Amino acid sequence: MQPQTGPPADQPAEHHVVPWTVYVVIFLGLCLLTATTVIVAGFDFGPLNIIVALGIAISKASLVVLYFMHARYSPRLTGVVIAAALAFFVILVFLTWTDYYSRPWPLTTG
Amino acid sequence: MSELAAPPAERAVHHPALQHHFVDLQQQKEAASLGMWVFIAQEMLFFGGLFAAYAIYRHAYPEAFALGSHHLNRVIGTANTLVLIGSSLTMAMAVYSAAIGWRRGTVGFMLATVLLGGVFLGVKYFEYSEKIAPCLGDQVHTGCLLPGANFDPATVHAEGASAGQVQIFFSLYFGMTGLHALHMIVGIPIILTIAAMAWRGRFTPEYHTPVELVGLYWHFVDIIWIFLFPLLYLVTGH
Repeated sequence: MQPQTGPPADQPAEHHVVPWTVYVVIFLGLCLLTATTVIVAGFDFGPLNIIVALGIAISKASLVVLYFMHARYSPRLTGVVIAAALAFFVILVFLTWTDYYSRPWPLTTG
Repeated sequence: MSELAAPPAERAVHHPALQHHFVDLQQQKEAASLGMWVFIAQEMLFFGGLFAAYAIYRHAYPEAFALGSHHLNRVIGTANTLVLIGSSLTMAMAVYSAAIGWRRGTVGFMLATVLLGGVFLGVKYFEYSEKIAPCLGDQVHTGCLLPGANFDPATVHAEGASAGQVQIFFSLYFGMTGLHALHMIVGIPIILTIAAMAWRGRFTPEYHTPVELVGLYWHFVDIIWIFLFPLLYLVTGH
C-alpha cells in the first residue's frame, strides 16, 4: 500500500489551515484577470465579446470560490450545494431567456 | 475511510463552544458552513432574476446597452473592482488569522475589510450622485441618468427608440448595483459585530466559525461584483 501524501479528497483534514501566501497569489491572479478583462474590452470581437467577458468573470469567481471560500478544502456536500445552486441559476436565466425568444419580440401588451 | 473514522479526541474534551446536539466541533462547523452555503445558493437565485432580465434585454437592445455602458466610468469601475477584491483578500486573511489564533490579526484584517468596503461604497455614492443630482429640481435636466420623466437621453447620445431602451440599461444598472451595495451595507455591521467578538477573545483555532461564515458572505458579495463589472461597465460595441 502506498503511503498517503496528503488528506484524502473526500475527507478534509482537521484544522486544515491554508498558507496565507496562497491568498496573496489568488489576489494577484484576480487583479491580473481584472486588468485582462478591461484591456480586452477595448477590442471588438463581435458576438464573442460577451463570451470573453463572462469567461474571465467565471475564472475569477472560480478562484474566489475554490480558495477564498475554501470550497477546495470543504466536504463533498458543499460541492453538491454549489453544483445545485449553479444548475438552478442556469435554469432560471437560460430557460427564461429561451421562453422570451420563442415568442414574438418586442412583447406586445394585452 | 468514512467520516466515522475521525479521531475521537475532540469528544473527550468538552469544548465550551460545542453545542450539545453535535458530536464534535468538526461536525458542528460543517453543519454551520453547509447552512451558510445553502443561504448563498438562494442568494444566487435572488440575484438570478436580475441577471435573467439583463440577459434578455441585452440581447434585445445591444446598441442601447453599449451606449449606456460607455457612459459609465471604466477607470473608476476598475479601481473599485480592485478595492473590492482587496477587501476579499483582507477577509480571507482575517479567517486565516482566526485559524492560527492571532487575535489582533483577526480584528485588524476585519477592520481593513470594513474600511475597503466603505471606500467602495463611497465611490459608488459619488457615481450615483453624479447621475441622480441633475434629475432633481425642476430646471434643466442635462446629465440626468435616473430612469424616469427627467431622464436625459442626449447625455448618452441616444435618440428615438434607443432613448427608451437605454433607460432599461440604467434601470438594471441601478437595480443590480443597488442590490449589491445593499448586501455590503448589511455585511459591514455584521463584520464589525464579529470583529468585536474576536477582540473579546471569543474565537480559537478550534472554534472561529462566525469569522468563516461572514467571510463566505463577503466573498459571495465580491463574486456578484465580479460579474456586474464587465456586464455593466465593459459592454463593447458601437
